[in-house]
Amino acid sequence: MNHVMPDHVVPLRVYLLVFIALIILTAITVQVAYIDLGLLNTPIAIIIASIKASLVVLYFMHVRYSEKLILLVVFVSIFTLILLFGFALSDYLTRYWIMLPIR
Amino acid sequence: MSTDHVETSASIVSVSRHEHDIDTSNYLKAGYTLKSWLLTVDHKRIALLYLFGVTFFFIIGGILAFLIRLELVTPKGDLVSSDTYNRLFTQHGIIMIFLFLVPAIPGVFGNFLIPLMIGARDLAFPRINLASWYMYMAGALLTVVSMAMGGVDTGWTFYTPYSTTFSNGAVVTAGLGIFIIGFSSVFTGLNFAVTIHKMRAPGMTWFRLPLFVWAHYATSLIMLLGTPVLAITILLVAVERIWKVGLFDPSLGGDPILFQHLFWFYSHPAVYIMILPAMGVMSELFSTFSKKPVFGYEFIAMSSLAIAIVGFFVWGHHMLVSGQSEFAGLIFSALSFLVAIPSAVKVFNWTATLYKGSISFSTPMIYAFGFIGLFAIGGLTGLFLACLGMDYHVHDTYFVVAHFHYVMVGATIMGFLGALHYWWPKMTGKMYPEGWGQLAAIVIFLGFNFTFFPQFLLGYLGMPRHYHEYVPEFQILHILSSAGAMILGIGYLMPFTYLAYSVFYGKKAPANPWGATGLEWRTPSPPPVHNFDSIPTVDSKPYDYRTIREELSHVARA
Amino acid sequence: MSLGHSAASSPYLAHHFEDLEQQKTSAVLGMWLFLVTEIMFFGGLFAAYAVYRTLYPGPFHAGSHLLDVRLGGLNTGILIFSSFTMALAVHSAQLGKRRLLILFLTLTMTLGCAFFVVKGIEWHHKYVEHHIPGPNFHFDGMQDPKLVQLFFVLYFSMTGLHALHVLLGIGAMLWLVVLAMRKKFSKEWYTPVELVGLYWHFVDIVWIYLFPLLYLLGRH
Ligand SMILES: [Cu+2]
Repeated sequence: MNHVMPDHVVPLRVYLLVFIALIILTAITVQVAYIDLGLLNTPIAIIIASIKASLVVLYFMHVRYSEKLILLVVFVSIFTLILLFGFALSDYLTRYWIMLPIR
Repeated sequence: MSTDHVETSASIVSVSRHEHDIDTSNYLKAGYTLKSWLLTVDHKRIALLYLFGVTFFFIIGGILAFLIRLELVTPKGDLVSSDTYNRLFTQHGIIMIFLFLVPAIPGVFGNFLIPLMIGARDLAFPRINLASWYMYMAGALLTVVSMAMGGVDTGWTFYTPYSTTFSNGAVVTAGLGIFIIGFSSVFTGLNFAVTIHKMRAPGMTWFRLPLFVWAHYATSLIMLLGTPVLAITILLVAVERIWKVGLFDPSLGGDPILFQHLFWFYSHPAVYIMILPAMGVMSELFSTFSKKPVFGYEFIAMSSLAIAIVGFFVWGHHMLVSGQSEFAGLIFSALSFLVAIPSAVKVFNWTATLYKGSISFSTPMIYAFGFIGLFAIGGLTGLFLACLGMDYHVHDTYFVVAHFHYVMVGATIMGFLGALHYWWPKMTGKMYPEGWGQLAAIVIFLGFNFTFFPQFLLGYLGMPRHYHEYVPEFQILHILSSAGAMILGIGYLMPFTYLAYSVFYGKKAPANPWGATGLEWRTPSPPPVHNFDSIPTVDSKPYDYRTIREELSHVARA
Repeated sequence: MSLGHSAASSPYLAHHFEDLEQQKTSAVLGMWLFLVTEIMFFGGLFAAYAVYRTLYPGPFHAGSHLLDVRLGGLNTGILIFSSFTMALAVHSAQLGKRRLLILFLTLTMTLGCAFFVVKGIEWHHKYVEHHIPGPNFHFDGMQDPKLVQLFFVLYFSMTGLHALHVLLGIGAMLWLVVLAMRKKFSKEWYTPVELVGLYWHFVDIVWIYLFPLLYLLGRH
């Protein structure tokens, strides 16, 4: 079978740092929510959430230390999610672009 | 997934069974009790359980189709009431799609053949595999029970707000059934994907896999990525139907078209769940019965993946006239044409495989030719429907009905029956009567065209779908279609009879009756419980007929 | 089946695998593929949320204002902490430290229950304030109450489905604790711990997105 490295034991220090980073990022996202950034509010909230999710995936879920296939699995699901959101919103965001004489 | 530990105890059990001298040289003889079938974790036996299940529900769906065609013989609705007719075609659709077309080829042939083809002893998670079958049966029976509870009259698509606000059928029960079958489908896909990734025999690289396996890999990706969205959609319909909170109700701010987006996100790719496995079967059939390696192996393999991916780009073509934005309609229409490319790549490569091959018209090959015929008509009329202007004219007419029957039913049935005949000797150890097989294949092909070709004309002339009363001008075409359905029905009954006959009285099948390549033909017919005496090592390209011919001539001399 | 070297080498190896390596990577890949289906399952719901929020930004902001950021934030902290203790549980399993494994699993379960308690308090507030969708739903403000109700339909669907997953996770951990007490795990074989760990982190990630999307939008 294809050879994969034996289980990687992640040092406890790494888990602790990730945990602290997650708490700090949570605090940041709450603080930022009270500032009016106009259209940027939602994107920033989603970006911070995605950074947190990436930390969990890479370290807590060991994807950084696993075979590349798992990373591919993660990307495929993100890609499919983007398809679902993108195509659905491509309808709702363009509902009134073209006005046909008969509707 | 955490079954590894439990699997261990299962293996200990199977070891102790050896000592109680049970015949492990033939999986069919490894136990005769009902329990040895219902609690089996052998992928080959589970495949036969699926064969039983899908055949049973195909018969129910077929009876409903018969009633529909009988009603349509006359322009007046004199056999059943409009309300009953709605329930008839809805149940026919639900049963044929979710209970037959989606699980048929993966459940039966994917299960039976993937481990054999890649040189493994079983699927990666045998117990989950058995659980999938139970989920399938439970969901399927629940769906049939919903029929007894008054049925569903929404059409198999469950469109909102009809299904949530107005329909007076057993929508939630039927939905729950489909939800459970969805789980079965997800776990089948998961099992296949992990097996293909992790359990290949030494030397079985990705580009040495039979194209049947490639097709099932692509299918399993769609099952994994698409089915959950259908599941959550059904759940939302149930929430809306029970509590009426406004999720899809325009008077409360909900948007019924959102349902269609979520529904077709799964249900368009679901067409490829039905047809990709059939395409995988075709690659095997064309190669074996023209004794030539598949032309453009890599292109066919990659086109399976391309179909799986592009399949997620096009769902809006079901909604071109639904009130979705014209811009989105434009994009979805344009993208839909993309799917034609990988499909055409496959068809061209199969026909190129025939070139200068030594072609034999055995039963499976007749089904393969039938597949090309039906798929070409179905696929090309799909392009008509993807055109915005044309779709305004023919949407919701019999043109659509004929189109999707050609693609989904025609192609999948040809694949299913072709596979059933081709691997019948392997699965049962018996040969079927060739003459009867050829006759049935031709009858089914003709009957199918007789049934559905008139429906293209009906649709083009303006006959809407879902109606059981129509203007008398359409009667002649409807009679043609119903007569065709009778021929088709007779065609379906023939394999039932002679295949059942062959199990008891058929000639004993050799290990490789067709002179085919592939690991499944290098183990006895029927295979032993653990598939191979020792795990084979693969050292050549797939479809290598020279080696097989030499080996077979050795066997003949010895 | 030949009882070759591999079958004899480990009591944990199922008959159809060649070695433990193959068995374990198969199980992990299987769990990840299951998580993919979970992602798409929640994805459909998130897509519905995205669509309605695009259609009705005002009412959704108004609805979001009615949620308690402090309780939501507290629950975020609890879940992140539980993810941390779960990572430590897997770490202990890797090193074969049985008592630490049981300790961290119990801690994670307790945190999961704490999440539930806080969630219950929040849902109770919503009940008292008539924010549960249905005939008793009540909202006075500038926005159309029907559309604010739609926000709450999605709020309850999303947090409800998530809570169901928390519940399943707690059940799975209970099962792990029982297995660990029976000394079923070893350095060599602890796959169930790893798989439940992956599942629990996934549940955490869903909440990481739910918290800003439901509680924080339109706070300014
Ligand atoms: Cu489609």
